[in-house]
Amino acid sequence: MRNELMDNVETSTPVSTNRMRLSIGPSHPATHGTVKIDVELDGETMVDAQVEIGYLHRAFEKSCEQGNYMHPIPYTDRLNYVSPLICNFGYAQAVEKLLAIEITERCKYIRVIMSELSRVTDHLTCIGASAMELGAFTVFLYLMKAREYIYELIEDVTGARLTVSYVRIGGVKADFPWEFEKKTRLALRKTREVLDEVDRLLTKNRIFYDRMRGVGVCTPEIAIQYGITGPFLRSCGVNYDVRKVTPYLVYDCLDFEVPLGIQGDNYDRYLCRLREMEQSMRIVEQAFDRMPKGEINVDFEGRPMSAAEMRDLSKFGATEGLLRRSVNAEPTLAGSERVFSGLVNIPERKVMLPPKEETYSNIEGLMNHFKMVMTGHGLRPPKGETYTAVEGANGELGFFVVSDGTDRPYRVRCRPPCFPTMAALPHFLIGYSMADLIPTFGSVNMIGGELDR
Amino acid sequence: MELGVTLRKLKEKFGDWLFDVGQAFGDDFFVAHKDKVVEISRFLRDDPDLRYNFLIDITAVDYPQRRPRFEVVYHFFSLPFKQRVRMKVPVEENHAEVPTLISLWEGANWFEREVWDMFGIRFSGHPDLRRILLYESFEGHPLRKDYPVNKRQPLVGPKIS
Repeated sequence: MRNELMDNVETSTPVSTNRMRLSIGPSHPATHGTVKIDVELDGETMVDAQVEIGYLHRAFEKSCEQGNYMHPIPYTDRLNYVSPLICNFGYAQAVEKLLAIEITERCKYIRVIMSELSRVTDHLTCIGASAMELGAFTVFLYLMKAREYIYELIEDVTGARLTVSYVRIGGVKADFPWEFEKKTRLALRKTREVLDEVDRLLTKNRIFYDRMRGVGVCTPEIAIQYGITGPFLRSCGVNYDVRKVTPYLVYDCLDFEVPLGIQGDNYDRYLCRLREMEQSMRIVEQAFDRMPKGEINVDFEGRPMSAAEMRDLSKFGATEGLLRRSVNAEPTLAGSERVFSGLVNIPERKVMLPPKEETYSNIEGLMNHFKMVMTGHGLRPPKGETYTAVEGANGELGFFVVSDGTDRPYRVRCRPPCFPTMAALPHFLIGYSMADLIPTFGSVNMIGGELDR
Repeated sequence: MELGVTLRKLKEKFGDWLFDVGQAFGDDFFVAHKDKVVEISRFLRDDPDLRYNFLIDITAVDYPQRRPRFEVVYHFFSLPFKQRVRMKVPVEENHAEVPTLISLWEGANWFEREVWDMFGIRFSGHPDLRRILLYESFEGHPLRKDYPVNKRQPLVGPKIS
C-alpha cells in the first residue's frame, strides 16, 4: 500500500527527516539487467527516484547501417534476448513492406507459431524472476522447467536457443522439422500443467498477494502519457494489443482474447501475463489446425544424393539433369532444402537466398547466392521509409526502416517496448516502500538488450 | 490519391505549414514546419475525429547531402480510430532545435533525450536534456552519418567523489 507518511511528513513525524540517497545497480542481484536506479529514501519510503539507462548500449542502429539488409537479423536476436523470434519477425516485416512482397501462407503461420512460443517463454521468465525475488524460488524453478520445454521446441526449429536468427527476408530459414506439431502439443500440455501448479502456488498465496496487490499502481492516463504498451498498459484496463488493433500476419483469422487488468498494479500485471500465456498457447494450437499442409515429408523423386556428390559430378561436367534431381543437403542445413524452401519462402530470386542444394550444385544457384550476399549486390528495396509494429512480449515493437535505394539500409530505428515503461518507472516507485521496488521493477520486465540497443 | 481523414483535416487547418502530405508504402505521413510542431501535435491529439492519443516514437534521420540536413520523425497512433501517422520535421544543421512535446506527452522526455544523444538535435523547452544512452563526456553524436563507425572513445568510469 502507498505509504501515507508521504503526505504529512512535516507535521506528524518527529523522527529525523534526514533523507538518504541509495543507488541500486548498475549491477545488482535484484535488477536483472544493467540499470541504475537512484532512490531517495525517507525512512523506508521512496520519495524520489531517478532511472539511468544505457549500460548495455551496443550501437544497434549504427551497426544496422553498415551491412546489407540481411545483416541486422542476428542483431535483432540480441534486442530482446528472451523472445528473439518476435524481434526477428518485426524487422523482416518492415523490410518486406518496403519491398512490397507478401510471404507465403504457410510461412505466416510459422511466424505466428514461433512468435507465440516466444511470448510464452518471455512471460515465463518474467513471472519466474519476479516470483524468485519475492522468495518463491520453487516457482522460479518450475517456470524455468516449463521454459525449457519451449526452448527445446525453438531449438528443434531454429538450431539455437537464444540467438536464433531464424527469419529471412521473404520467409524463414527452414520449415518445421519432422513431427514438430506432435512435439509442440505435448510441450504445451506439460507447460499448462506447470502453469496450473504455479497458479495454485502464487495466485492465492497470502505473501505474494500482499506484496503485489496495490503496489506500483499505474493509471491509464499515465500509461498513455508515456506511450506504454503491452501487458503493462493492458493491466490498467486499456485494450491495446497490436495483434488485435492492427492485425499482421494471420492474427485476424485466429481466435484469441486480450486479458485486461483493472487496477494496474503488480498483481494485475502478473495475472495479465499468466492469462496471456494461455491465449498464446491457444493461438499456437489453432495455427497448427489451420496451417496449410504442404507435401512436406514426401519422399524425393529419384535417387537422393548428397550435395558433395552432386558438386563433384558437376566438376566433371556431368550436369545433365542435375537441376531436376533432388539431393540431401548437409545435416546442418536440415529443412532448408528445395522441397521445404518452396513452401515457406517466396519464389522471388531477388529477395530470397536459393535453397542450399542449388547453391552447392549448380551455377545458377551459386550466382543467385552470390548476388544476394556480396557487398554492393544484395537486396535493393525502392527508396522510401516505413514503420511497422508487431506485438512484442513487452508491448509494441516497432521498426522504422529508411531505404535510399541501395543495398544497405539507410537507417533502422527500433522502437523498444520497455523504453517508455522505464521512463515512467519513478511514478510507480515514489511513495512506496523500498522493498516494493523489487516486485515493481520485476513487473516492468526490463530487457537491457532492447532498452539500450 | 485519396487522402485519409487525418491528412485532409491537417491540410485544411495547417495547409501553409505543411511541405508535403501523402502516403508511402501504406503509411500516412506529412512534413511539417518545425515552428508548428506543438500546435499540430496538440491538434492531432485533441481533435475529436483524430484523437492520436499515443506518441509512439520520436527519432531522426540524418541526410548530409540535403538542406535542411536532419529530419525529426514522430510516430503517432490513435487507439480510438486505429490509425497511425508519421510527422517529419526538417531541421537545419546550424540551428538544430525543435520545440519539445513534453507539455503534451510526458513520454517525449526520454525519446527527445535519445535524439539529442544520437543526433545532437536540441529540443527547446526540454527540462532535462542530457545524454541518455551514452555518457556525459562522450564526444559527438554517433548516429550522424559523419560519425565514423570504427571511432573509439575512452571509456570513462564513474566519478568518485
